[in-house]
Amino acid sequence: MARWRPGPLVGMIHPPENKERTASRPILRPALPDRVVIPLWQHTGSPCEPRVARGERVTVGQKIGEAVGPLSAPIHASISGKVTAVEPRPDPLGREVMAVAIEGDGEDELATTVEPRGTVDSLSPEEIRQAVHEAGIVGLGGAAFPTRTKLSPPPDRNIDTYILNGCECEPFLTGDHRLMLERPADALLGLRLLMKAVGVTGGYVAVESNKANALEALRPWADDAGIKLILLPTRYPQGSEKHLIKAVLNREIPSGGLPMDVGVLVSNVGTAVAVADAVYRGMPLLQRVVTVTGRPVREPANLLLRIGTTFGAAIEAAGGLGEPAARVVMGGPMTGVAQANTDVPVIKATTGILVLGRRESPPVVSTPCIRCGRCAQSCPMRLLPLQYDAQVRVGNYERTRELFVMDCIECGACAWACPARRPLVHAIRLAKGELRGRRVGR
Amino acid sequence: MKDNAVDSARQDILVVSAPPHLFSPTRTDRLMRDVLIALVPATIGGINLFGPRVLAVIATAVIAAVATEAIAQRLLGRPSSVGDLSAAVTGLLLGLNLPPGAPLWLAAVGSAFAIGVVKQFFGGLGSNFLNPALAARAFLVAAWPGLMTTWVKPGDWTLEAMTGATPLAILKDPEILQRFPSYAELFWGWIPGTIGETSAAALLLGAGYLLVRKVIRWHIPVFFVGTVALLTWVLGPEGLFTGDPLGHVLSGGLLLGACFMATDYVSGPVTPVGRVWFGAGCGLLTVLIRLYGGYPEGVSFSILIMNMAAPLLDRYTVPTQFGGGKTR
Repeated sequence: MARWRPGPLVGMIHPPENKERTASRPILRPALPDRVVIPLWQHTGSPCEPRVARGERVTVGQKIGEAVGPLSAPIHASISGKVTAVEPRPDPLGREVMAVAIEGDGEDELATTVEPRGTVDSLSPEEIRQAVHEAGIVGLGGAAFPTRTKLSPPPDRNIDTYILNGCECEPFLTGDHRLMLERPADALLGLRLLMKAVGVTGGYVAVESNKANALEALRPWADDAGIKLILLPTRYPQGSEKHLIKAVLNREIPSGGLPMDVGVLVSNVGTAVAVADAVYRGMPLLQRVVTVTGRPVREPANLLLRIGTTFGAAIEAAGGLGEPAARVVMGGPMTGVAQANTDVPVIKATTGILVLGRRESPPVVSTPCIRCGRCAQSCPMRLLPLQYDAQVRVGNYERTRELFVMDCIECGACAWACPARRPLVHAIRLAKGELRGRRVGR
Repeated sequence: MKDNAVDSARQDILVVSAPPHLFSPTRTDRLMRDVLIALVPATIGGINLFGPRVLAVIATAVIAAVATEAIAQRLLGRPSSVGDLSAAVTGLLLGLNLPPGAPLWLAAVGSAFAIGVVKQFFGGLGSNFLNPALAARAFLVAAWPGLMTTWVKPGDWTLEAMTGATPLAILKDPEILQRFPSYAELFWGWIPGTIGETSAAALLLGAGYLLVRKVIRWHIPVFFVGTVALLTWVLGPEGLFTGDPLGHVLSGGLLLGACFMATDYVSGPVTPVGRVWFGAGCGLLTVLIRLYGGYPEGVSFSILIMNMAAPLLDRYTVPTQFGGGKTR
C-alpha cells in the first residue's frame, strides 16, 4: 500500500462509521418506480425551465428542463411515461420547486438522443465539457455544483491537478465505496475525461483507510493511466474539498477561495462514473447510487435509484422500516438535511437516505455552554464555534464576522462533539444569513 | 398498521432540525462525573492522612453545594440542573480545599457562597466568571482567617491542636524552626495542609485519569506547574538558580489548583494559546505571592486573578482560520 504523508490538518473527529451494514453489499437495482417527481432545480445556480407540458409522453433520458445561464445543468426524464403535472412541489432541501411529475408506462424506453458521444481519445476538451453539460452532470458528493462550470475555470487560473474524491467521510454512506469496487474502470475513465477537459496531467484518487479495498480495485486501471492512488487516514471531514487538497497536496485554499485558486479541481467518484456514462453511453444523469440505511431500515442497501423516486419508495425498496422513525435525513448524519416526510423525491444531490430511530436519536436537550472548547478542538477550520453561539444569542453578528464565521464549512464536527448539545450549526447559519442579508440590504 | 412500516414512517412525527443528527456520547454530566472520579484518590488520601472526620467535612460541603443549587434554581425559577453534577464537583473541590479541622458549618457556608453567590447570582452553570470553589475559599479565608489557617499534622487523627506549619510557611518564615519535609513526605502527603492538597501522588493519579479520559488537556497544568518550577528555581533564596523547584511544586495547593481548579472550563480561556498564557500567568502570580507576597501560598488567588483575565486572553488569542494565513 502506498505510504502517503498527508498534509497537516487540525481539528477533525472520528464519529462511529456505521458503514458495515452496507459497505459489503453490492449496488442493487430496485424495480422501476411507478411514478417520479423530478424537481427542475437540483443544482447550485438558476432553476431550469420546463421543456415538457402536462399530458406529453416522455422517454428515458429526454430533456425535460433546460439549463438557464452559466451556472445550471439540464434535467432529464428518468422513466418513460406520461407527464401528469408541471407544478411546484416540495423538494428534500425544504423548498417548493417547479417539478415534472411522470406516471410511468413500465416500458423504460430510451430517448433517441441517448447515444455514445465518443471516447477520451477522440473528443476535444470542449466536446467533453459539452457532453458533460448535455448530460446534466453536477457534483454528486452532495453539493450539486454544475460540473461543466467547474471544468471551465477562468483562463488566468493554472490548473495542474485533478483529485478524485473517494473519501466518503460521512458516516453511514457507502455508495462511492461500492462504485469504486464495482466500477473502478469507469471511475478512472471518468477522471481521465475530467482531466482532459481541463488539460491536466496530474491525477489523484484519494480514499480513506476504511476503504483500502477500493484502492486495490482501482489499481490495475490507475497504474496504466499514471494516476496516483492515495490512502488517507479515516477522519471527518476530510472529504471537504479544502481539507482533501490540504491532505493530498499540502496546499491551503485561501479564505474565501476555491480549489482552482491553488490549481486544483476536485470531483466525487460518483461524478466521474456519471461522466464516463455520459460520454461512452450518452446516458444523462437520471439515476444515482443512494445508500438507504439506518437501524430501523430492515434491509439497508446501496440502491441505484432513478431521480424522482420518492424517499418512501426508496425506503420500501430497502425492506421498509422495522420500527418507527424519529428522523429521516437526506445525506449523512453530519451534514444531511432532515425531512418532514418521506414524500420528497430523490434528487441528484441525494447521497443517502438515513433513517434514525428513537433510540439513537432521542429528543435533543441543550444545556448551557461550559466553555470546554471541544468545538474549537474539533473544528477543521480553526474556528471558535462556541463564540458564534454566544454572540448570536445576544445578536452581535458583527463579532461573528470578525471571528471568521463566513469561513465555516458547516461540517457539524463542533456540534457533534459538544457535550452541552448546543445548536452550533444552527447559530452559524443564522449568523451567516444575517451577515449576507445585511450586505445585500446596504 | 403496525406492520406497514412505510405508512408508519409517514405518520410518525419526524424531527426536523439543523445538522448534525447524531452526537458524541460525551455529555456535560459525564465530564463532571469524571472529575468526581478523578478526585477520589485525593479524597481517600485526605481521609488516610487526617482521619475519618474529614469525610464529614467533605460530605457537608458536597451536600450543601447540591442543596444550594437546587434551592437557588427553584427560587430563581430556573430549571434544576443538579443532575449535571457540576454543583457536586464544586462542593467536593471546596471540601478538599478546607483545613482538616474545619467546622462543618464552615464547609456549609462556603458551599452556599460558592453556589449561591458565585455561580447562580451570575447566571448559573457556564456563566460564572470565577471558579466557585476558589472564590468561596477566598471568602472563607477573609471571613474566618483563623479557622482557615489552622493546620494539623497528618497521622494525628484526633485533630487536636497540634498546629503544624505548612511547608510553604516554613519556606516563607525563617523564624519557624521546623524541618522542611523530605520529597517523599511531600509526594505522599505527610505534611500539614488542606484535606485534599497534600498528597501529590493522589492528585497526579487523578490528573492522569482526566488526561486519559480527555476531560482536560495538558496545556494549563503543564504551563502552570512548569512556570512555578522554573521561577522558584531561578529566584532562589541564595541568589539566582539556587531555588528548590521540586519542593515548591510538591508543596501547598499547586497540583490541586493546576490540575483541578485552573482547568475549570467555565472560568478559563478556550483557545489553546490562551490556555498556555493562562497557565503561565497562574504560575507567575503564584510565585510572586509565595516569594514576595504577604501569604505563604498564592495558588488560589492567582487562579482567581487569571479567571478575570480569561476573557481578555480569549479575545487576543483567536486562532487564524484555515486559509487565513495567505490572504489579507
